[in-house]
Amino acid sequence: MHPAYSVIFFTTASGAGYGVLSLTAIGIISGLVKRDMTFGLVAFGIALGLITAGLLSSTAHLGRPERAWRAFSQWRSSWLSREGVMAVATYVPAGLLAILWIFTGAPGSAATSFEVVLALLAVIGSIITLYCTGMIYASLRTIRHWNLSIVPINYVVFGLMTGAVLFGFLLHLFGESIEGFFWITALLLAGGLAMKTLYWMHVDAAKPISTAENATGLGHIGKVRPFEAAHSTKNFVMREMGYEIARKHVMRLRNLTYLLAFGLPLLGTLATIVGGTVMSLFGSFFALATIAVGIFIERWLFFAEAEHVVNVYYGAEAA
Amino acid sequence: MTTLPETTQKKLGLVIDLDTCVGCQACVTSCKEWNTGGYSAPLTDQDPYGADPHGTWLNRVHAYEVGDGAKSQAVHFPRSCLHCEEPDCVTVCPTGASYKREEDGIVLVNPDTCIGCKLCSWACPYGAREYDYKVGVMRKCTLCVDRIYNDNLPEEDRVPACVRACPTGARHFGDVADPQSDVSKLVADREGYDLMADFGYKPQNKYLPPRPKRNGSGVQAIETSDEPTTKAHQTPGSALEKLFSWADQKLSR
Repeated sequence: MHPAYSVIFFTTASGAGYGVLSLTAIGIISGLVKRDMTFGLVAFGIALGLITAGLLSSTAHLGRPERAWRAFSQWRSSWLSREGVMAVATYVPAGLLAILWIFTGAPGSAATSFEVVLALLAVIGSIITLYCTGMIYASLRTIRHWNLSIVPINYVVFGLMTGAVLFGFLLHLFGESIEGFFWITALLLAGGLAMKTLYWMHVDAAKPISTAENATGLGHIGKVRPFEAAHSTKNFVMREMGYEIARKHVMRLRNLTYLLAFGLPLLGTLATIVGGTVMSLFGSFFALATIAVGIFIERWLFFAEAEHVVNVYYGAEAA
Repeated sequence: MTTLPETTQKKLGLVIDLDTCVGCQACVTSCKEWNTGGYSAPLTDQDPYGADPHGTWLNRVHAYEVGDGAKSQAVHFPRSCLHCEEPDCVTVCPTGASYKREEDGIVLVNPDTCIGCKLCSWACPYGAREYDYKVGVMRKCTLCVDRIYNDNLPEEDRVPACVRACPTGARHFGDVADPQSDVSKLVADREGYDLMADFGYKPQNKYLPPRPKRNGSGVQAIETSDEPTTKAHQTPGSALEKLFSWADQKLSR
């Protein structure tokens, strides 16, 4: 599948945004995040900013962005519509919580029960939205690399994982500390690594959906090979669905993903656990810088590696 | 509504005869001509006179070589929307622009509400939907919904443009849900089949397989070797011919 940069930016940015939002809200519920106007402004600002930037970017790949509002109507059947509805719905508790947390209450005071309810709703909304994003891809039976139950789980895990790294950097930047938080980040990174490894093992072992013989229904006669193309240059279907990436490049990029999205961020996170203040700040920044590049490569590969079954009509033996 | 109707009163579709299709592309061009002025107007092209011309077409004809060696045959393979009974292209649509008509089972895109997210084209295994880069909406075969019910046209023209244009009668139009219809009888007689039936989208369009290949005398093709080249080398001939044959074999390695 052709990797569209607007969609890659959307899924990674809003994923991290929902991650930061969830962790801030969980911190508020558990009382580990102390009420502080500056930190509140930055944490909620970055979370909601990333979510909004991502959602706006996702409209950039639309042919008619001015009609984007129509996408809220078909939540009964469409995961894309459900995602839009959930994204907007999550703004309500998240926005209210941000306003109350930042502008009301004495510094350092605990969350009110209303704020706890809002925080809980924000966490649930974030996770459901991330799940819906994953289901947009996982619901497509035409693409065997996506049509897997692990795909939406990965979207949730990677959102929380990138959010945790960003949230950890903010903690250090503002001299806040949450006991044991970096163990959670390390756990999410290790979990993400395991999930991605599992995903790649699965797609490498899985069989193609169809063959040229099956798709044309001519297999009973013999092998089916393209003889003359239906058009002289690539049409929309080939441009959108016919993206091919050499196996050699896939392996190189997978290794880069392992390194930049999981390995180095884990190293940076571990440095924050053992190191002093300066080393911790540097470690958490290092983790953030590497995972930002790593998750971009991971998402680019998610699209580039995905084979659409329609390619069997266009010369692929199987897809 | 992008939820699918429980049943449709009719299942209008095309029955395409792979035996008689000669790959002349008349259906492709007549489709483009009608639809660039009809329901889907305009069907735009990009860079039409430049180095990379491409555009939105609702019907494409591929040609495949099927079988091996001397037994292989060319099969021309028209491909357009199959108007499936249970297609995901409709249910994934976030706006309701993509829908299936309850009265005749035709799958349409409303060009006024489509946001051009392209998700429906991702959901289609047949590559039937083509995005219009200029207009920013998805296009697909309408089964010429603006011809088949059009009282302003003479009756013989109230069929899809591709069917009307086909010079060999390889394209048939009708209600595949009615067992007494001509298309249903044709499907029964010729063992018509669904493309990628295992996918479960239940296409309304059907394909008729090529008849077994015949030789000039009208009898079944005799069994020939899968490797005609090897056989040719074994044919006895003059010493010079054998020498050429030997050299050719060595050089072509």
